[in-house]
Amino acid sequence: MSNGLIIEVENLTKRYAGHPAIDGLTFSVGRGEIVGFLGPNGAGKSTTMRILACFMPASSGTARVAGLDVFTQADEVRRRIGYMPENNPLHLDMRVREYLKFRARLKGLGIGRSRERVDVVMQQCGLTEVSRRIIGHLSKGYRQRVGLADALAHEPELIILDEPTIGLDPHQIRSVRQLIKDLARHHTVLLSSHILSEVEMTCNRVLIMNQGKILAADTTRNLQNIMSDGGQVIAEIAAPVAELRACWEQMGEIEYFDISPSEGEYLRCALTPRSGLDLRPLVFEQVRARGWELRELSRAQHSLEDIFVHITRPDREEEAR
Amino acid sequence: MRAYLTLVRRELGGFFISLTGYVIIASVLLLLGFSFTGMLSSLNNDPHGVVAPLTELFYGTFYFWLILLLTAPVITMRSFAFEKWSGTYETLMTTPVKDWQVVLAKFTGTMLFYILTWLPLFGCIAVVRYLTREPTVLDPWTTTSTFFGIALIGCLYMSMGCFASALTRSQIIAAMISFVIGLGLFVLSLRSLVPAPSADWAAKVFSYISLVEHMEDFARGFVDTRHIVFYLSLTVLFLFLTLKVVESRRWK
Repeated sequence: MSNGLIIEVENLTKRYAGHPAIDGLTFSVGRGEIVGFLGPNGAGKSTTMRILACFMPASSGTARVAGLDVFTQADEVRRRIGYMPENNPLHLDMRVREYLKFRARLKGLGIGRSRERVDVVMQQCGLTEVSRRIIGHLSKGYRQRVGLADALAHEPELIILDEPTIGLDPHQIRSVRQLIKDLARHHTVLLSSHILSEVEMTCNRVLIMNQGKILAADTTRNLQNIMSDGGQVIAEIAAPVAELRACWEQMGEIEYFDISPSEGEYLRCALTPRSGLDLRPLVFEQVRARGWELRELSRAQHSLEDIFVHITRPDREEEAR
Repeated sequence: MRAYLTLVRRELGGFFISLTGYVIIASVLLLLGFSFTGMLSSLNNDPHGVVAPLTELFYGTFYFWLILLLTAPVITMRSFAFEKWSGTYETLMTTPVKDWQVVLAKFTGTMLFYILTWLPLFGCIAVVRYLTREPTVLDPWTTTSTFFGIALIGCLYMSMGCFASALTRSQIIAAMISFVIGLGLFVLSLRSLVPAPSADWAAKVFSYISLVEHMEDFARGFVDTRHIVFYLSLTVLFLFLTLKVVESRRWK
């Protein structure tokens, strides 16, 4: 595609028995991005992904993958998508290699080609040593890799992963996350999660959804910047309390401050600026001029969690009305 | 075609990877064994009075219907319902496979397995033939037509089972639906035997849909095109309905 977009969604709406699960979604995803869908349970993440994967149609609106309509050109779209649904359903009675070959054949790969691809994706997902094990006997982390390997088998342009790390232990989450990051070199990845730190770590762009609507769509860094406007600065300084207090009081840029004792002779100062400016250089200037000892100077970074809670807070909607 | 064959293989393989297939085959063998001993004792009682072909004798025991009515729902119940329940239906339906390929593959898989469960009957018949050395007891034509009849009736029951399985996520409910439809059809054919229908046209209708009468003909070696049309048309109808149920997911 000339415009470099792999997903184009316009006014997508899906109603279940009159209730909108997603309501007028519009967004797009460019090639090579890792985009995360973030939202509480029931926000419409899975519904959107199912529509994109051509499992079910939308009630209204259009969705295109690689320029092809997901409803009218479903077969073509399916060839270009690797989809792993929620809870990663697998045929538990099959062996890993057998299952992956079965899936590759279903996706239209020839015998030789599917054998080749299965070897490659098993290597890629670290499944080679369990290739002859029955899937039902594998740990959840391995099963998740089997699901990922399946999604990759036909070299899709776009990989859609619905809650890829749900129910895994921290080690498994880490390895699956690394796997997803590695994928991003050759594929576009759209994943959903309600675990914020996960999206923060893997994705370069986030779509925050709640109640079937997209509330925010931006890169993680931009979202953090928006939130850290007026961000606090923390400075740990060894100096007499009275001097510190006098110093902060005479600085016009500081709206209010708080001094609390820290370990040893250091005092922890939390400084909130009046306007959205960065206090750090000013603080450093003061410290140097007065010859104090400084051991920490940082601006509080808002995690995606703060942003998420801020954006999806119920009272925000009332404010908007 | 490639996807279709892959799916048929998986469908058939599913019976043998798990215990289900073996349990079904074992139960059918048991029932076949009962009907075989029944057949033998009737031969022993009056070895010279038997004029009917052996296949008719076999079919005359009620075990045949018991096997059909019981195994058909069990064979077909997992075809769609299990995939829906386990979620693999979603992964299946997001591969570039056509809906009709899936329906046809499920049907073919169950049908092949059904035929497989009936193969031991050949063994029973061969044993009788070997022991009696009586060519009139068993002739190849009636055996063939009996198996043809069993296969045709199987087509109908398997397609009904697939349809029932496509309707629900629960294997139990699928089995119950297909058992009830199957039993209903069977009872309808009994009705024509028990109280003789008063009207002439009613008798004709009942005899046309009577499974029992059809099988009687097949076991005697009559292959009537009307019966073939009856079974094939109903099979196509149920497969069509199954396809519509599968497609309904994509209706707006």
